[in-house]
Amino acid sequence: MNGLDAAITQYIDPYYLRIMILLGINIILALGLNLITGVTGQLSMGHAGFMSIGAYTSAILSMQFGFSYLMALLAGAMVAAFFGFLIGIPTLRLEGDYLAMVTIGFAEIIRVFFLNFEPGGKAVGLSGIPQHTNFITVWLIALLIIALNTRLLKSRMGRAFYAIRENEIAAASTGIDTTRLKILAFTVGSFLGGLGGGLYSHYMYYINPQDFGFMKSIELLNMVILGGMGSIPGTILGSFILTLAPEMLRIVAEYRLLFYGALLVILMIFRPNGILGDVRIYDLKKRWGRKEVKTCQS
Amino acid sequence: MFWEQLLNGLTLGSTYALIALGYTMVYGIVQLINFAHGEIYMFGAFAGLILVSFFGVNLIVAMLGAMLFCMLLGILVERIAYRPLRGKSSRLSALISAIGVSIFLSTLMALMAGTNTHRYPDVIAHHTFHLGSLDFSLMQILILAVSALLMLGLQFMVQKTRIGKAMRACSQDLDASYLMGINVNRVISFTFAVGSALAAAGGVMVGVYYNAVWPYMGMMAGLKAFAAAVMGGIGSIPGAMIGGLSLGIMEIMGVAYLSSSYKDAIAFGMLILVLLIRPQGLMGQKISKKV
Amino acid sequence: MSVLTLEGISQEFGGLRALDGVNMVVEEGEIFGIIGPNGAGKTTLFNIITGIYIPSEGDLIFKERRINRMTTHNIARLGIGRTFQNIRLFNKLSVLDNVRVGSHGISRSGFFKSLLGLPSMLREEKEIKSRAEELLELVGLYDKKMEYADNLAYGEQRRLEIARALALKPSLLLLDEPAAGMNSGEKVELMKLIEQIRQEMKLTILLVEHDMSLVMNICERIAVLDYGRKIAEGPPEEIKNDERVIQSYLGVGA
Repeated sequence: MNGLDAAITQYIDPYYLRIMILLGINIILALGLNLITGVTGQLSMGHAGFMSIGAYTSAILSMQFGFSYLMALLAGAMVAAFFGFLIGIPTLRLEGDYLAMVTIGFAEIIRVFFLNFEPGGKAVGLSGIPQHTNFITVWLIALLIIALNTRLLKSRMGRAFYAIRENEIAAASTGIDTTRLKILAFTVGSFLGGLGGGLYSHYMYYINPQDFGFMKSIELLNMVILGGMGSIPGTILGSFILTLAPEMLRIVAEYRLLFYGALLVILMIFRPNGILGDVRIYDLKKRWGRKEVKTCQS
Repeated sequence: MFWEQLLNGLTLGSTYALIALGYTMVYGIVQLINFAHGEIYMFGAFAGLILVSFFGVNLIVAMLGAMLFCMLLGILVERIAYRPLRGKSSRLSALISAIGVSIFLSTLMALMAGTNTHRYPDVIAHHTFHLGSLDFSLMQILILAVSALLMLGLQFMVQKTRIGKAMRACSQDLDASYLMGINVNRVISFTFAVGSALAAAGGVMVGVYYNAVWPYMGMMAGLKAFAAAVMGGIGSIPGAMIGGLSLGIMEIMGVAYLSSSYKDAIAFGMLILVLLIRPQGLMGQKISKKV
Repeated sequence: MSVLTLEGISQEFGGLRALDGVNMVVEEGEIFGIIGPNGAGKTTLFNIITGIYIPSEGDLIFKERRINRMTTHNIARLGIGRTFQNIRLFNKLSVLDNVRVGSHGISRSGFFKSLLGLPSMLREEKEIKSRAEELLELVGLYDKKMEYADNLAYGEQRRLEIARALALKPSLLLLDEPAAGMNSGEKVELMKLIEQIRQEMKLTILLVEHDMSLVMNICERIAVLDYGRKIAEGPPEEIKNDERVIQSYLGVGA
């Protein structure tokens, strides 16, 4: 596999390779958040918190405890999942924006914790993390996650998650244990957040608490909403656009973020339900089908 | 020591409260977390700075000028970024639009003013008063007095005036208010204007008090103020005041008696604790779900 | 045999007594109607039966089992399905998915089974789908199975709610104003449908309705609520002629 990676490194410009690796990581992170917010409808604005838990846990485990890459990733994801489970519990009582505030607060607490965390190098951060993450590992994991996610959302459990988002009382009346499933969504979503974080720290070589601030959470949320809430292709598209946009906007140099902000506003005005929101393959087929009928008649 | 910290907490808390009021009023009417509100506060601080530095006006005039400027800015933001989305999209897309505005405004200011911290010139005498063992500065008195005045004024406006009545009606039911002949768009613009003016006043006072103004000052202040609004019970005006004051006091006390390196964590930790005990916030009304 | 027994059910909302000591016995296989003016507590009663509210006083017994403090989803799993007065569909899901979600309470495949796609899960999926399609056929929505639920017409949405409730294979079905907003043609269809599902699925049906002709036509027994109290109970003929019912509800015009 390393040979394959070497070959890829040889043929693809390192700059593009880097963007593609970051895209893969963002897709995993965003799919996790999509499950919580896009599919189950629980607004989370602290996804970067779970990411940082995964990033630090896995980095420390592989640097100081000699964990193998995969074991470190898995452990980081598990610890993040545990905290996701804890954060899921307030969803029993909190709704909407109150929940959003708790997730923001949680992520901020985590950030402050790492700012004061000795083994994580405090505010200076952690450097010298082995660079195990490469194009192959990221995309193998990303494709696996996409496949599993797709299967999950098409299953009985997936439909139940959507039902909670659409109408909680009606969902409960069909026998869905809404509290259990909301906590499950948080746990699984945070697992993916932690996994993305581990991949990230083992790619970046160096991490510090500011990498996982509020703006990172917002960036991930944007990916989910921009593409179309709850849709896997939408989330992938959102990740794609928002990973690439800053790179494309490099030509406008220091005006980059200005354009980025304006882009968000404009996209929302023209596609308020996300770019792929309300678009289904079924509808497209139907539309094409109808056109054929029309041409027959005329 | 304790009383001094309490006074510091009240000072900080009343600035949180001023910003939190904008969040809560807008939320009460259009159920939008106006993420650009922190940037309005930052623009207010800069507007005041420019008025003081380049036009040499006194602090009160600068504050009024900044309030007027931010009123217009608030109305403009609502027109451009929120109104086109109203009614035809989920609340989350409006939220993203608000985040877009927030990024846009802070970057705009960073491009214009640089990312450095700017200082207010001496606009107020550094006079310290003593009351028994308690020391307090003129600026602290000013902040407390101005905040109290603005909040009383707001309360009067919301409870006693015609437009206040319209605002309360809109916060109950936007559609019904529209059918009753209330110009809903005007009420919403007005709400943004008032909220922005309050934030601007907060921005100028914080700028002078901490002697620091910079383009990214809006983010953490905005987050804390939003936390204060939620803690008080979002949508409730007295809730925002109480939430702001208690968050400020908790933060200062936490720093004084626990640890300064966990300053932000303490504020958010308290918030989470409050919400776990009272899910609807301190002053929020329990919404019983209608089935 | 009684399917559902209410013993002295009362419900208070901050001092307001929405229900006051209601007793009621619903027998197996019957269509039992609840009528009463607006605010009489009919929907509140449904919400108590389905565990959305916990009654302030009284006992709720379903098939010899006390269900007062059970959660909504557990009550559903016992076999109590319901529809809602103010339609509560999963708007951004397809018509078919709405009905498929309906069978959540009687299907088993959990999170890991769903992830792995085990044969037992695939088999169950097939069953869920074919049953959902049967039900859509039954309520006449098969052709619209891929539409979003909120694109359906009002009457269609009411029928979709019934199909969703039936997907749970309930033994007791609660219908909250199933005919609201329907025209007279649709109402006739609805009555046929209710009669048909009771026969074919051996259902007990409890229904709240404002439309007198519908209630009088299909219900075997009727209870009348007024200000949270039950003021009469009996077969339609008896209710029609009950002095107190005429006074408080049917009014002079009826």
